[in-house]
Amino acid sequence: MKILVCITNVPDTTAKISFTDGDTKFNKTGVQYICGPYDDYALSRAVELKEQHGGTVTVLNVGEAESEQVIRKCLAIGADDAIRVNTEPTDSYFVAEQIAHIASQENYDLILMGRESIDFNSGVVHGLVGEMLGIPSLSPVMKLEIDGGVAKMTREIEGGKEDIEASLPLVLGCQEPIAEWKIPNMRGIMSARTKPLKVVEPVGVGLTITEKYALPAPKGAVKMIPAEEAEKLIDLLKNEAKVL
Amino acid sequence: MSVLVFAELDNGSIKKSSLEAIYYGSEVAKAKGTSTTVLAIGESNSDALAIAGKFGANKVLWASDARLNSASIQAYSSVLAEAVGATSAEFIILAKSSLGDAVSARVSAKLKASIVSNVVDLPDFSNGVTVKRSIYTGKAFATVALTADKKVIAIKKNAVNVVEGDGSASVENFAPALNDTDFAVKVTGTHKASGQVSLPEADLVVSAGRGLKGPENWGIVEDLATALGAATACSKPVSDLDWRPHHEHVGQTGIKVSPNLYIACGISGAIQHLAGVNSSKVIVVINKDPEAPFFKAADYGIVGDVFDVLPRLTKAIQASK
Ligand SMILES: Cc1cc2nc3c(=O)[nH]c(=O)nc-3n(C[C@H](O)[C@H](O)[C@H](O)COP(=O)(O)OP(=O)(O)OC[C@H]3O[C@@H](n4cnc5c(N)ncnc54)[C@H](O)[C@@H]3O)c2cc1C
Repeated sequence: MKILVCITNVPDTTAKISFTDGDTKFNKTGVQYICGPYDDYALSRAVELKEQHGGTVTVLNVGEAESEQVIRKCLAIGADDAIRVNTEPTDSYFVAEQIAHIASQENYDLILMGRESIDFNSGVVHGLVGEMLGIPSLSPVMKLEIDGGVAKMTREIEGGKEDIEASLPLVLGCQEPIAEWKIPNMRGIMSARTKPLKVVEPVGVGLTITEKYALPAPKGAVKMIPAEEAEKLIDLLKNEAKVL
Repeated sequence: MSVLVFAELDNGSIKKSSLEAIYYGSEVAKAKGTSTTVLAIGESNSDALAIAGKFGANKVLWASDARLNSASIQAYSSVLAEAVGATSAEFIILAKSSLGDAVSARVSAKLKASIVSNVVDLPDFSNGVTVKRSIYTGKAFATVALTADKKVIAIKKNAVNVVEGDGSASVENFAPALNDTDFAVKVTGTHKASGQVSLPEADLVVSAGRGLKGPENWGIVEDLATALGAATACSKPVSDLDWRPHHEHVGQTGIKVSPNLYIACGISGAIQHLAGVNSSKVIVVINKDPEAPFFKAADYGIVGDVFDVLPRLTKAIQASK
């Protein structure tokens, strides 16, 4: 089985978000980058499926050279090789074009990625890639088993979940509990250094332009209500905040 | 040029989040001097769909082919793309949801359309078309220009203040060409809690964390939610421990909510939890630890024991009705 896992290189979930250059650029100073937590689930499941069924796992990142640290970590976790499309991932459509372009050169059985990136949270790249390749896309997938050429999955829906069956190839957006996050071991880290990482140049153009960033207005001070008078909260929510 | 809104149905009725999308679409149409068409797919009836008129729609296209009764992402995308053609729509508006994400993505690939998700305000037409969207899981915003001819906008809850009017919409049958390959994915079972307020759509949310100590104690959370007519939610460890179902988990790696009121009970307020709830209009925090970080993100706070405070709040609400 050939699996392609698309990963994002994103600020750590605890990173302080700020902007520079007149609010036109993300401020990377002091920010730790990680593999997107949802992508981590996708990669972990891919490695498990490879252990069960044999095959290869290729990691794909659309990103600049600074992504390579995170890509190496994915190789250490168990991917066999990696491809980096050397460009800034500025727009969902543009990123999907890169993935579809790479994917169309090989016959992947599965293209896995996180349900969304944690920087732009759009959750649309899997659908775009599926349509560009003319194959089904599903997200958020929380369970995935492969039986012959058929994938049996559970997808989360509002207020519940549904069981799904579809033939490969498929594009899937993944989320917990599809797999346990994996931590690279020493042997993995050593072997990752020599695994192939191919860098290719982008194709196509994006269809949106991010012009400016802003931070939310700071929250006003919290109004504390003594526990003995907790009932007063209801009156405040009704008559002051007007949300009841 | 026109505006097309993709409306999701729940038991034949237009979902609340989609009514907001319809209103949003009608405001876009107003600004552009054009009309608003709604596309509804699946089992419904004309009366249920004509409601769209009250939210500013002029016309509803109803694709009622029985094959569309279960939501197939590919088939819905084909139907929506065909409706875009039939209405010459420039703007395709929808509410963000798991179905909406999937359908809007495939449609924008079909149409080579600009797609922007998590939009929190009406577009600005002063220089092309730009929208404000939430990014970094609610920790920041971006202003984004949509440069393609066709534009897909997926809105976040509370992107617009809905004003219900007394307009009416005509309902027309829409018979799209359906392709067998669009039904290649088979849904073999659906597990859905019934009779509960849907969390992503809820105006009021009561959420609880590890401070509740165990699943057997959720009665006090549910009682408060029932008294308010609120949805219930939880922190990640609570769903990891299987105290509550996964679809109630909010935060960075769970559902993102933006209700009018979010009441957090026994939740510490870790940054990953806040990420999913920080765009709520009003946040109430009940925690016995006065140093809990959640108080910094709260509008109202009570330092107290949930086992004492929650039942008293439930009583106070029942008494005030
Ligand atoms: C990559 C990543 C992603 C994550 N994503 C999410 C996410 O999406 N959502 C999420 O929630 N978390 C997420 N987390 C976990 C997060 O960091 C916290 O661990 C988690 O939110 C804590 O849950 P909690 O507040 O319920 O539990 P705790 O942190 O244990 O807090 C329990 C709170 O209850 C209070 N308490 C205890 N007893 C009582 C009582 N009787 N009355 C009143 N108060 C009481 C305590 O004072 C404490 O503040 C993520 C973490 C990582 C690393």
